[in-house]
Amino acid sequence: MPRSTYQRLLGLVGKLVVLLILGFLVLPAAVVTIAAFNDKAILSFPPQAWSMRWFAKAFAYQDFREGFHNGLIVTAWSSTIALVVGAMFAFVLDRYRFRFKRLIEAVLLSPLVIPHFTVGLGFLILAAQIGWSRSYTVVIACHIVLVLPFVLRSVYVSLRNLDQSYERAAASLGASPLRVMVTITLPLLLPGLVSGWLFAAMLSFNEFTASLFVTAQRTQTLPVAMYNYVREFADPSMAALSVIYIVGTAALIVFANAYLGLSKVLNIEHGR
Amino acid sequence: MSPRQPFFRTFATPAVLCAFGFLAAMAAVLQFSFRAYVPGSLDPGGFTLANFTDLLKPLYARVFLDTVWICFLTAITTLVVGYPLAYALVRAQSAIVKSILLVIVVTPLFLGEVVRTYSWIIVLGNNGFINAVLLNLGIIRQPVQFMFTTFGVVVALVHVTMPVMVIMLAAALSHVDRDYQRAAASLGAGPIRVFLTVTLPLSMPGVVAGVTTAFAWTFSAFATPQLIGGGRVNMISNLVYQLGFASFNFPFAASLCVAGLALTIVVLSALRLASRRLEAIEPH
Repeated sequence: MPRSTYQRLLGLVGKLVVLLILGFLVLPAAVVTIAAFNDKAILSFPPQAWSMRWFAKAFAYQDFREGFHNGLIVTAWSSTIALVVGAMFAFVLDRYRFRFKRLIEAVLLSPLVIPHFTVGLGFLILAAQIGWSRSYTVVIACHIVLVLPFVLRSVYVSLRNLDQSYERAAASLGASPLRVMVTITLPLLLPGLVSGWLFAAMLSFNEFTASLFVTAQRTQTLPVAMYNYVREFADPSMAALSVIYIVGTAALIVFANAYLGLSKVLNIEHGR
Repeated sequence: MSPRQPFFRTFATPAVLCAFGFLAAMAAVLQFSFRAYVPGSLDPGGFTLANFTDLLKPLYARVFLDTVWICFLTAITTLVVGYPLAYALVRAQSAIVKSILLVIVVTPLFLGEVVRTYSWIIVLGNNGFINAVLLNLGIIRQPVQFMFTTFGVVVALVHVTMPVMVIMLAAALSHVDRDYQRAAASLGAGPIRVFLTVTLPLSMPGVVAGVTTAFAWTFSAFATPQLIGGGRVNMISNLVYQLGFASFNFPFAASLCVAGLALTIVVLSALRLASRRLEAIEPH
């Protein structure tokens, strides 16, 4: 049938378009990988000789080491606090009616659309006014606010999908609210909590614009250190670091997809 | 604590404190935007409207226009490029293909702006990948200038907003009931007609959500216009940073933030309104 040939052709064109788009998405990562293993200090394609020396240089660079260390501190604190605060509030949002519910929710979700440079400037001015200027506290507080919406959504979706009859059964058998929470609700929520924490941690570790405003030399995180490096130097150490970043992030995403089901978390499971 | 709402106070208080902290930071920006700049001092002067009248100067008005233009171009391009990918992601039959697509789409979301922008510098630079390929193939004699152009900035920004666009489109597409498409096809509509008259209109909520978010994210971008624009393509974010950290004029930087926020709200509400009109026209 001519119809089916036409449809097959259309399908082929569609596949080609999708491949081109995937190529666009992968291109920078592929190119940066080639540059990282290129022996020459000046960018050149195709590379004449290969080497690992840029990786060694990236590992040895003091600002990267300190940025990594500072980033871990900020990320550990902010993602964990955001997880606790966000999970508790998601529970309250899901179960209870109370005054100003929508308003508080809107305020907590608003960092999703407010530019990070505005949030960063706000925390910078605030910190200067209360004398916390350039401390870890202000960086962590800023990151908590920025990642909280993601935790809130992730846990809220899990709560929506949770069957409350288990909790009612436990309660009717005489379990106290605390016991129900610890033995029933929390274990059932675990995947949502883990994915919320993982996303919060990854976003915090990579947060750049707001961090640029609120960090000082002593507290600068890895993305800020990388930005300063790109501005000052042109050698491929940054490419080497980027490769480590890309591989590490992709590994975490593959893990998240295998164990937590990314399409469920992102709500793109298709109906039929 | 009422017995019918166990944990209510304990669970709600920390979040309310966070909300207040954030509001305090935003109030600080708002307050500073109405304060006078005292050169050489980090403390602001008295209350004034001068910052906002200064925004009307052609130099700054130009940056506002450029910013909106870049945001608009980026959002639309991301929509057009992201749609087929979202469609493929939702329709992929094999679980492996779906996983691969998902990982490729989602990974850049968590790479951070600096790594992605740096990668694009290597792709677009005068000694970069694209120019090297074109020169070696003999298609061009001189490197094409991609860096420091609006084109270069938009290409990199499209890459930044793509994951979130695809995720939002895919979420909307996955909730489109396929029976409608099957019905249209069984009544003789070709694949393109089915797409234009059934799938696309039904995925409009995702389109609006995606374009809105892409616009807001582009507005928020700093490293990409800073490094790829190189001072020749300026967005509001770059101006805010420059004013804050080069001339320590925090009051004026704050007024730019406030005006920028107002502008985003206006543009996004207009977009929402237009899309509602569109949906009202749709069922005929």
